[in-house]
Amino acid sequence: MSDYRIQGATGEWEVVIGLEVHAQISTQAKLFSGAATAFGAEPNTQVSLVDAAMPGMLPVPNMECIRQAVRTGLAINAQINKWSRFDRKNYFYADLPQGYQISQLYHPIVGEGAIEVQLDDKNPESTKTIGIERIHVEQDAGKLMHDQHPTMSYVDLNRSGVALMEIVSRPDMRSPAEAGAYLSKLRTILRYVGSCDGNMDQGSMRADVNVSVRRPGEPFGTRTETKNVNSVRFVMAVVEQEAKRQVALLEDGGKVVQETRLYDPDRNETRSMRSKEDAHDYRYFPDPDLLPVELDDAFVEECRASLPELPDAKRHRYETALGLSAYNAGVLTAEVETSRWFEALLAASAAKQGKPEGEVAKQAANWLTSELFGALNKLGKGLAESPVSPEAGGELLALVGKGTISGSAAKQVLEKMLETGDAPGVIVEREGLTQTSDTGAIEAAVDAVLAANADKVAQYKGGKEALFGFFVGQTMKAMQGKGNPQLVNEVLKAKLA
Amino acid sequence: MTELTDLGVAAIREGVAKGDFTAVEVAGAFNAAVAEAQDALNAFITLTPEKALEAAAAVDADRAAGKPLGKMAGVPIGMKDLFATTGTRTTAASNILGNFVPPYESTVSQKLWDAGAGMLGKLNLDQFAMGSSNETSAFGNVISPWRREGSEAQLAPGGSSGGSSAAVSARIAPAATGTDTGGSIRQPAAFTGISGIKPTYGRCSRWGIVAFASSLDQAGPMARDVRDCAIMLEAMAGFDPKDSTSLDMPVPEWEASLNADLRGKKVGIPREYRMDGMDADVARVWDEGIAWLKDAGAEIVDINLAHTKYALPAYYIIAPAEASSNLARYDGVRYGLRDLPQGAGLQDMYAATRAAGFGAEVKRRIMIGTYVLSAGFYDAYYTQAQKVRTLISRDFMDAFQTVDVILAPTAPTAAFGLGEMVSDPLAMYLNDVFAVPASLAGLPAMSVPAGLDRQGLPLGLQLIGRPFDEQGVLDAGLAIEARAAFTARPAKWW
Repeated sequence: MSDYRIQGATGEWEVVIGLEVHAQISTQAKLFSGAATAFGAEPNTQVSLVDAAMPGMLPVPNMECIRQAVRTGLAINAQINKWSRFDRKNYFYADLPQGYQISQLYHPIVGEGAIEVQLDDKNPESTKTIGIERIHVEQDAGKLMHDQHPTMSYVDLNRSGVALMEIVSRPDMRSPAEAGAYLSKLRTILRYVGSCDGNMDQGSMRADVNVSVRRPGEPFGTRTETKNVNSVRFVMAVVEQEAKRQVALLEDGGKVVQETRLYDPDRNETRSMRSKEDAHDYRYFPDPDLLPVELDDAFVEECRASLPELPDAKRHRYETALGLSAYNAGVLTAEVETSRWFEALLAASAAKQGKPEGEVAKQAANWLTSELFGALNKLGKGLAESPVSPEAGGELLALVGKGTISGSAAKQVLEKMLETGDAPGVIVEREGLTQTSDTGAIEAAVDAVLAANADKVAQYKGGKEALFGFFVGQTMKAMQGKGNPQLVNEVLKAKLA
Repeated sequence: MTELTDLGVAAIREGVAKGDFTAVEVAGAFNAAVAEAQDALNAFITLTPEKALEAAAAVDADRAAGKPLGKMAGVPIGMKDLFATTGTRTTAASNILGNFVPPYESTVSQKLWDAGAGMLGKLNLDQFAMGSSNETSAFGNVISPWRREGSEAQLAPGGSSGGSSAAVSARIAPAATGTDTGGSIRQPAAFTGISGIKPTYGRCSRWGIVAFASSLDQAGPMARDVRDCAIMLEAMAGFDPKDSTSLDMPVPEWEASLNADLRGKKVGIPREYRMDGMDADVARVWDEGIAWLKDAGAEIVDINLAHTKYALPAYYIIAPAEASSNLARYDGVRYGLRDLPQGAGLQDMYAATRAAGFGAEVKRRIMIGTYVLSAGFYDAYYTQAQKVRTLISRDFMDAFQTVDVILAPTAPTAAFGLGEMVSDPLAMYLNDVFAVPASLAGLPAMSVPAGLDRQGLPLGLQLIGRPFDEQGVLDAGLAIEARAAFTARPAKWW
């Protein structure tokens, strides 16, 4: 349980949070028309007659959108409603051509589900289950442009009719961190499933944040809804600011008003948009242009079969089957691209070493999370822009695994790979980094080092065992770093015994 | 040679095919008749004689080239101005779409052109198909070609497909399209002594038809007789992937299967339709219809449609509710009328545009619809009305366990005079009382002319069939047509 509390003047307060996440479904075509959905197109170039609500135009459901919503529902272990229906939400606005949004109020396609979040990525025990009330499918609206004309607003209908999933959580979160963890985890799942690209900066995922405060143990307080928050960080900020604002208001003897608010990131504050009194009466009713959506078992099973391994399952497999640490398993599964990269790396490395993946997984995970991530971080690049491919990484790991180069040489090789894009084998050859496992050469070098440092040998034999590292270092230096460290160790131990 | 404008669909099609006359001659004759009648009847909103000639010339060329001809080859028709027609303005008889020229063609009109029909023009109607007299048109009301004996009073052609009914009955079009939401094909057909069928909901695509009430709207043909209706319905019907509510079923060969022999068939007579104070002529014609169907071999069975009396109130909740939402798109933002007063904001633009763009009846229905969907009223009105709708459907399905087709009057009266009912919307709504139940149940229903009332005005009989059984409806209609021998036509006064 969260122990996040707001310290008010009159005591402690608990914050209660629910999120309504709008996730744009990744499809080529809109929910009820064949128009395209690409981001960033010229205004009004992706608008069909249906999207512009021309007289006599009719919506026809895009089954791919339905399929993605069902797959998403299955990914959060939710109930799939085999009978659902579209309703009209009626209101006038210039970005809403039909004068209503086609949505699902009464019979959503996905019912109750849940996702598990981990609040501390170093602590696998710090999990919490957040309930999801429903997922429904609806149309997005267009966009008003206020900067095109001195006295008029323009309308861009490219987004009009684009398919959204609205994913409604239960009011189960109790801290900014929990809200952030929930949103991140949800985004991870959507990306794994492929039903939404999760790009919050492009608006393809955004959250309405419901916040209320109460004394611990008391019933829920009155909530406010802050609309269209477009990053995890901002969601956390909204929770924090809004909770503080409500506490201050209540402690001042005021009342929280149920209202819609907007977040201003520049000032880090929320502002009232409209109160419940001037809320719309949306006059929801079943859309008579559309038949109910009826799904059969085969369709649902096909959706289920099409799901990839999901983050929780993958993480569990990395820990149990691959023997990775909980931390590494968490890092490598947090984004579907990372896990794909890791799995390609692992496959390449195992194949080149002729070993089962389980035997080389730790090496691959450690190299990826510490070496490559660190190097890319310095370059200010993400994994997607890595100059090193998983195959090249696998080759590098195999060179180390087979003893061709040392671990320290591998670091040099990686640097060169990042610089030149050359294959690791080529770099090793060119730079002469192959390590020697020739016992005779190693013995000769060891003998020379011991002979040159007789005094230290005596001290060592007298009990100063810390000097062992000195002998290793001297031997490696004598061999220009090419001695197989393991063999150097063995030979030294034998000669000093 | 016969007067070409006296010919119906089948006769024109056959004459053109045989070479008795050319399609261009037919189009020319009807174009001339339309032009001559337009000022007097106001049946059309937009005339398109060139479209009629163009289609006719194409048919003549196809025939000359020995190509197969379509079901409607050489037949010029009137197109209700609710069907979007590429490049020809489509107004829904409203100001708000008064200058709207669609860049697309409705599925039904396209099918008709593909079948070889040509367009005489866009027919007048009640604004957004809301009305029973054609008096709500923003382009002036249509005047019925019919007059009471010894009177020159102007009569309503019925509505909303009043331009269609007037044009067909005046012999200025051999056939016309109609749409029927709560009787808008059947009631005007009855008022003007012609035939018209509303098929099963979903038979004809709604794509490209300006929507009134989506769950009820259905297109259908209006023509001189039952056979012409069958021909034209075949051309209009068919599955359309662009309309989710379209029926994915093959279109039967209704014309080829027409059969007026009703032996072995049972015809239901609904008790609830025989109301107190029923017009004597309407009651008489209904009794005659019963006798004719018996004569055709059918067995007559009394049936109960217990929830009939709730149909009209339910209809006047559901249809306005859907309309209030369907008409929200006419907001002055993207197309159609825009009234943007100096310095106005968005809300002012909406208010000014919609105030100027919609007529009184449309506004009334938008307000009723908005009210019944409002928070706190939804369950009492809309939900309740949907329950009634279910019960009405169940009544019909129960009856169809026993009977094959139902016979009833189409409308409670003959045509009324223009202006007689405008001040009393409720009385006007009552004119739909016999038509609305079949609409709510989505059933195929047609009106055929059956006789004249004491003032010499036509009365229609309505046949209601099982879902998808247009054939049963057409066959019973044909049996009545054969016995009613309805040959009356309006004397030409224009």
